[in-house]
Amino acid sequence: MPVTIEIPTAFRRFTDGAPRVDCSASTVAEALDTLTKRFPGLSRHVRDDSGQIRQFLNIYLNEEDIRFLGGESCALREGDRVLLVPSIAGGSEGC
Amino acid sequence: MSQDSLYQLRCRECGKTWGNVPRSFCEDCFSPLEVAYDYDAVEKIARRENLSRRAFNMWRYSELLPLTEDFAARTAIGGTPLVRSQKLARQWGLKNLYLKNDAVCFPSLSFKDRVVGTALAAARRFGFETVGCSSTGNLANAVAAQAAQHGFDACVFIPADLEPAKVLNTAVYGARIVRINGNYDHVNRLCAQIADRYRWGLVNVNLRPYYSEGSKTHGYEIAEQLGWKLPDNVVVPMAGGSLITKIAKAFKELVTLGWVEDKPVKFFGAQATGCSPISDGVKRGLARFEPQKPNTIARSLAIGNPADGPFAMKLVRESGGWAEDVCDREIVDSIKLLAETEGIFTETAGGVTAGVTEKLIGQNRIKPDETTVVSITGNGLKTTDAIATEFPATEAIAPRLEAFEAYLDAHIGAAAAAKA
Repeated sequence: MPVTIEIPTAFRRFTDGAPRVDCSASTVAEALDTLTKRFPGLSRHVRDDSGQIRQFLNIYLNEEDIRFLGGESCALREGDRVLLVPSIAGGSEGC
Repeated sequence: MSQDSLYQLRCRECGKTWGNVPRSFCEDCFSPLEVAYDYDAVEKIARRENLSRRAFNMWRYSELLPLTEDFAARTAIGGTPLVRSQKLARQWGLKNLYLKNDAVCFPSLSFKDRVVGTALAAARRFGFETVGCSSTGNLANAVAAQAAQHGFDACVFIPADLEPAKVLNTAVYGARIVRINGNYDHVNRLCAQIADRYRWGLVNVNLRPYYSEGSKTHGYEIAEQLGWKLPDNVVVPMAGGSLITKIAKAFKELVTLGWVEDKPVKFFGAQATGCSPISDGVKRGLARFEPQKPNTIARSLAIGNPADGPFAMKLVRESGGWAEDVCDREIVDSIKLLAETEGIFTETAGGVTAGVTEKLIGQNRIKPDETTVVSITGNGLKTTDAIATEFPATEAIAPRLEAFEAYLDAHIGAAAAAKA
């Protein structure tokens, strides 16, 4: 399934500057795997050591957070857009 | 030593430092950045005794905030009352109950004035001409008011269904308002993309580390108003989850500087049941919270994907506190209770916090002899529509004494009227 992954500016140094990456995938997980295989430098920024999507990275399928769509196993349709958006947190070390 | 060499941004996860730049996440590991201070150097210039010569507002703690040497405060922000409760304390069976009343925070009547204070100081420093935010209302009010005063262009982004009073309270200052068809989480995501593309100072996006430091002043004031003591418990509303962690940071800093004695403080988080990802995560013992689609009258707390949720959960757990939530009916009842017992008219978020406090007392998590501070963060005049149906219009009477006597007779009875 041809889909597009949108890359935030901060990640583009791992994608040779590309703001979006086209690939073929049937699930979000597959799209992410394709992306990180093509650009291995991104791997550790997408998944943590246990293989989970990193806590401070939000992933959207079109307009929706994938956590509302059953997570990364949700299916893709032709022309879907997958957005990677770093979470905007400013937590404190006071805790 | 100049003040701006006392702090810089540091990554919470990898510890890398970044100097002072308008950025909220580490470019190496993409984890959140926060302002880290050189406390040894701060200790040399910050003296508790000096505070008595300064006006009682948030700028009295300027050495503990990320400001520049040439920063000149133009607005007296914060410095709100810590009200020692009498009637409500009695009703709840507590001996030492205090209400930190940011419903009367100036200039825009919520604690968000504090965070915008430090954020606009940063915006000035970084040379932004346009400032903005994603907001559930209070923050938009605060950004619009202070931007007008400081001469920034303001552009704020809000969910389209926000309370009319909050929209009006932003528009009046001349700010551009962009209404988004979606909830706050959609607005916030859009703002992350906007900050990525435009050279704007979005206070809670690319200026977030500086912005959130302003929240600490709510905590400093609590400690100072308690006579430089920390409370046993604080109950704090949680939307994005930042405020509660910044109050903890404030207390920890005061201990580090030797301004208060160290003691364990339990942090209790309050949410509305209709949007309770953090309290749900705490109560179910989840490692990560699960995002929710908000459905509550407490729209200022309606953040289903709270960015600082992981930190808030950790703090609540490690401090021995707890998180709870209350439904819309309880929120309305608690707004009325606070008004009737303490004369404080709070918005829905304050209803949430008061309602949760009552619940925590019922669960014996807050005990009668302990010192408990409840954070009231916004003003009731902003969310009148949430309680309007509680107070239907009463009949009008003729301007004649007989008409008033008839009124008394009908409403409180002849005997009571005679006594009155």
